[in-house]
Amino acid sequence: MFKSFSHFLQSDLVYNFTRSRVAVGSAVVALLIIAASMLAPVLSPQNPFDLMSLDIMESNLPPAWESGGDPKFLLGTDDQGRDMLSATLYGLRISLIIGVLSVALSLLVGVTLGLVSGYLGGIVDTLIMRVADVQLSFPAILIALIVDGAFRILLDKEMHDRAAIYVIILAIAASGWVQYARTVRSCVLSEKGKEYVEAARIIGLGPVLIMVRHILPNVMGPVFVVATLHIAMAIIIEATLSFLGLGLPPTTPSLGTLIRTGNEYLFSGDWWITIFPGAALMIFSLSVNLFGDWLRDAMNPKLL
Amino acid sequence: MLLDISNLTVKYPSRHGEFTALKDVTLTLEAGEILGLVGESGAGKSTVGNAVIGLLAKPGFVDHGRITLTGQQLVGRPEPEMELLRGARVGMIFQDPMTSLNPLETVGWQLCETIMLHKHCTRRAARTHAIDMMESVGIRDAGERFDHYPHQFSGGMRQRVVIALAICGDPDVIIADEPTTALDVSVQSTILDLLRTICRERGVGMILVTHDMGVIAEVADRVAVMYRGEVVEVGKTREILTAPQHKYTQSLISAVPRADVKIERFPLISYIEDAGTPDLARLKARWTKPKGAQSDIALSVRDMSVEFITQRAWTGRKSKVFRAVQSVSFDIPRGTTLGIVGESGSGKSTIARTIAGIYQPAEGEVTLNGMSLTKASTRDAKLRRRDLQMIFQDPYSSLNARMRVQQIIAEPILFQKGRAARDEAMRTADDLLDIVGLGGAAGRKFPHEFSGGQRQRISIARALATGANFIICDEPTSALDVSIQAQLLNLLKDLQQELGLTLLFISHDLPVVRQMCDRVCVMKKGVIVEQQETEQLFASPQHAYSQQLLALAPKLLR
Amino acid sequence: MLKLILNRLAHSVVVMLAVALIAFSMVAFLGDPISNMVGQDTTVAERAALRENLGLNDPLPVQFVRFLSHAVQGDFGLSYSLRVPVSELFAERMPATLELSIISAIFALLIGIPLGIHTAINRDSFTTQAILSSSLVGVSLPTFLIGILLILIFGVMLRWLPTFGRGDVVMIGGWSTGLLTSSGLRSLVLPVATLTIFQLTLIIRLVRAEMMEVLRTDFIKFARARGIRRKALNYRHALKNTMMPVITVVGLQLGNIIAFSLITESVFQWPGMGLLFVQAIGNADIPVMVAYLMIIALIFVLINLIVDLLHFVLDPRLHSSGAN
Repeated sequence: MFKSFSHFLQSDLVYNFTRSRVAVGSAVVALLIIAASMLAPVLSPQNPFDLMSLDIMESNLPPAWESGGDPKFLLGTDDQGRDMLSATLYGLRISLIIGVLSVALSLLVGVTLGLVSGYLGGIVDTLIMRVADVQLSFPAILIALIVDGAFRILLDKEMHDRAAIYVIILAIAASGWVQYARTVRSCVLSEKGKEYVEAARIIGLGPVLIMVRHILPNVMGPVFVVATLHIAMAIIIEATLSFLGLGLPPTTPSLGTLIRTGNEYLFSGDWWITIFPGAALMIFSLSVNLFGDWLRDAMNPKLL
Repeated sequence: MLLDISNLTVKYPSRHGEFTALKDVTLTLEAGEILGLVGESGAGKSTVGNAVIGLLAKPGFVDHGRITLTGQQLVGRPEPEMELLRGARVGMIFQDPMTSLNPLETVGWQLCETIMLHKHCTRRAARTHAIDMMESVGIRDAGERFDHYPHQFSGGMRQRVVIALAICGDPDVIIADEPTTALDVSVQSTILDLLRTICRERGVGMILVTHDMGVIAEVADRVAVMYRGEVVEVGKTREILTAPQHKYTQSLISAVPRADVKIERFPLISYIEDAGTPDLARLKARWTKPKGAQSDIALSVRDMSVEFITQRAWTGRKSKVFRAVQSVSFDIPRGTTLGIVGESGSGKSTIARTIAGIYQPAEGEVTLNGMSLTKASTRDAKLRRRDLQMIFQDPYSSLNARMRVQQIIAEPILFQKGRAARDEAMRTADDLLDIVGLGGAAGRKFPHEFSGGQRQRISIARALATGANFIICDEPTSALDVSIQAQLLNLLKDLQQELGLTLLFISHDLPVVRQMCDRVCVMKKGVIVEQQETEQLFASPQHAYSQQLLALAPKLLR
Repeated sequence: MLKLILNRLAHSVVVMLAVALIAFSMVAFLGDPISNMVGQDTTVAERAALRENLGLNDPLPVQFVRFLSHAVQGDFGLSYSLRVPVSELFAERMPATLELSIISAIFALLIGIPLGIHTAINRDSFTTQAILSSSLVGVSLPTFLIGILLILIFGVMLRWLPTFGRGDVVMIGGWSTGLLTSSGLRSLVLPVATLTIFQLTLIIRLVRAEMMEVLRTDFIKFARARGIRRKALNYRHALKNTMMPVITVVGLQLGNIIAFSLITESVFQWPGMGLLFVQAIGNADIPVMVAYLMIIALIFVLINLIVDLLHFVLDPRLHSSGAN
């Protein structure tokens, strides 16, 4: 384990990484944001979920440096008197958790299906890829909306609000698996023809062993790239759903929910309610995208 | 003097400092002359051609030196001026005709475009000229084929189109970079003839870059031998081939398999060391005798046919089937080597893979060590195939890049004996690495840390791991340089002698087959057209196709 | 040729049937259409009669066939929440969405393709770096955030442009267009900009990637070696080969624009199909959701069909016979 780690550190990938200012910069920013959001309970001055601590008299305060700002609330407050700094950190945390979990779920499903589809071929392959084709005809956001819509009809309002976070994870995962499946499948198709797979078959290994031990490790590179870019995408989809009022309820606000709330006050000039969560969303997804973009170029320029 | 290259030095900056691809290369080329540039991979021979035409791959650059074309210095010339020279003064022919042409335009369009560029003529005149060119490179019905797209031409015909494109601007110098490597033997010699005719008739000087001594022997007037970025020897082709002066040239030429006579072992090559000497005595100690019923015939194939479905039927209609192998039969006596030769697509690799169990035969029977593989349950067939292993063609894809070498070799042992045998398997793996000359410490490394020849040794170690006594070698050396090939073939011969291995040796290379095999099957389009003792086949081939193959094979000396 | 068209048509029909099956299962298994259609005071007997009348007691395959035959005629029933035939709703809303999407698509292509080519050819130039960095910002900004920023700047701070609705529209034979009035045109600016920016970034990156791939191929190198000039190399040889894969993905993107317009429509309260759909999800209005799904699927299938035919016309490897 230790040896393969030091091996990894000497690889060209790591070398190129340390030489690329953009890659290092974006990775650092993304990690800082992740750390800040995970430490939200420690870092933020207020618990935005605790409705008792909110004071409606302190609502819609501008950031501390504007006239009328309160030094207690560095980035101002929203319509319920919530501290925007705390709300943004907590919102970021929820967005990130949803992003990571939905990426993990679609990765698991997509990689498995892609592996099976590519290796076994035939009817199984046709079936899986047809479903993927049909689904690919629709943008991810639409798939997520429909899955969410279906749950809205199935569950009553209160239950849906409680299960909202799981529904969203499921909705985003449902919209994302196809990309993994297609990427893995095309990699498997090219790996499958390679002679090391034939060698494994001649040794006598069965299909499951060959897929898991031989092919899977060789297709994980592109999957990693897709997953990195997908995290940014998943967070954007979550924010979009919440912004459309179809995501998380205002009681557990994600970034999208915060932006939606702020949007109602945009015309009265209370820009900070929208802009700070919006900026957090943008900076995070930009840094992840920058890193993912670099990773893709470094690992395989052919991937899109 | 047409082209004069002096002290050409090309460098590539990289992570590990500057890499010198060419070091003080000095060459000359006369009009109408073919200069062969020969060397093994990494010798820098392609770099010379690219430098002359000004298309060095980035980030390479000419550090110092001169390239003079009829008195004009080419090095350091700005790109717009080089652009004017390309095609008009210097032409180039690439290796792979399949990818050298724009797939979306007709052949005629591409010719006319080039002709109009260099001759500044009308489209009408260009068309006439283009059809002339096509005829002169041997494309029949040129007027009709003018409007065809590249995909409508065969590989050999495409290479003719590529040649027409390269010479239609009347260049003084042509650089041909492995122009026949991607082609079958039968096409290869016609293309070489064409290239020679062009040089003689048009007074064009040609630099022919190749790794193949046979190609050099056939067409080159003079040869320059390259080794690690340097020209080690230049001279008349005949002199270099018969009386090489430099030690490297000597070992290179002695490593080339000879088609004219069978020799026991390749002469020891001292100049290039790829691995240590094999330790065979230790191998014998752990060798197990083949299990099950014994017979003198190790492998027997009876009327085997293999089919592939090219178009699956969905309803009613019959599936379209391609017969890759048509009822072939042969026996391989224990401890001997059977060769299968044929051009690409003849079905020789399909036979290997069917015997190995990767494809299922449509008809026929395969018997290994007296036990049927085809008339057995899947499970039994799998068990019986434990005596069979395979060595593959491509050293870069035949080892799993994510596994350590030790794991790769130990895998078949672990699979047969279970996890409990872990320690034993690892020890065996280290031993085997010693035996094939890599040293036990190699086990801790990953495949990419080894050269092509060393990887093939790892493949051999894997094939030996479970004590298999029948080994299929599918073009095991065709991706390797000749010197490495010689070492590897020697190793295979030694192993066979020590362990009494039976080999099925698939190859397209007749000289290699002559050196390695006791009997040979010649294949064409899925059928064995001739089956013969090797010496007899080479002495007096019976079938017309065998005669043709033998006549066409490039010979070192004529 | 005919075989190919039939093949693609069959494929399209299969896709549409698959989508219809999903849509149908939403109708059949999710929620209860009866309770959405009648008031609280309807008796059990009346409900049962209605159920029988609507054929909801028939076997599912029968219901599916009925659903299909209605769908083919554009009949998706009554909207649960608005109590109006769904077809009327969409007929009224479709022009708004199509005008918005098509204009955005045109802008995205007209700007995106040249910029993509530029960045592929001049790989290290300053403008390329600038275009690529800003396109990455574009990818990282969610559509709705772009819209909000545009509203904040041009609507709230500068007060130059309207920020919601279509402005005045003119009816031309059942098609309401905002292209003929100045307020209609002014209303289009921000939504079109929002939708264009997002698609633009994708198209730039796509064209660049494909073109760089083509520029790496052997035939480009061989063309260079026989003296073909830079310009001809880039615009005659590389560009045509780049366009093959680009057409495919641009086709997909056009479909995406129509679907993505639902976000833009929500931000700008643009009275199109997307806004209708988002509201329908909030209200669990199944017939509207189903109709939207089917319309989008139909548009996608049609675009794909056109893309396939274009490929066939442009790529000689598909329409001329193989090697001799």
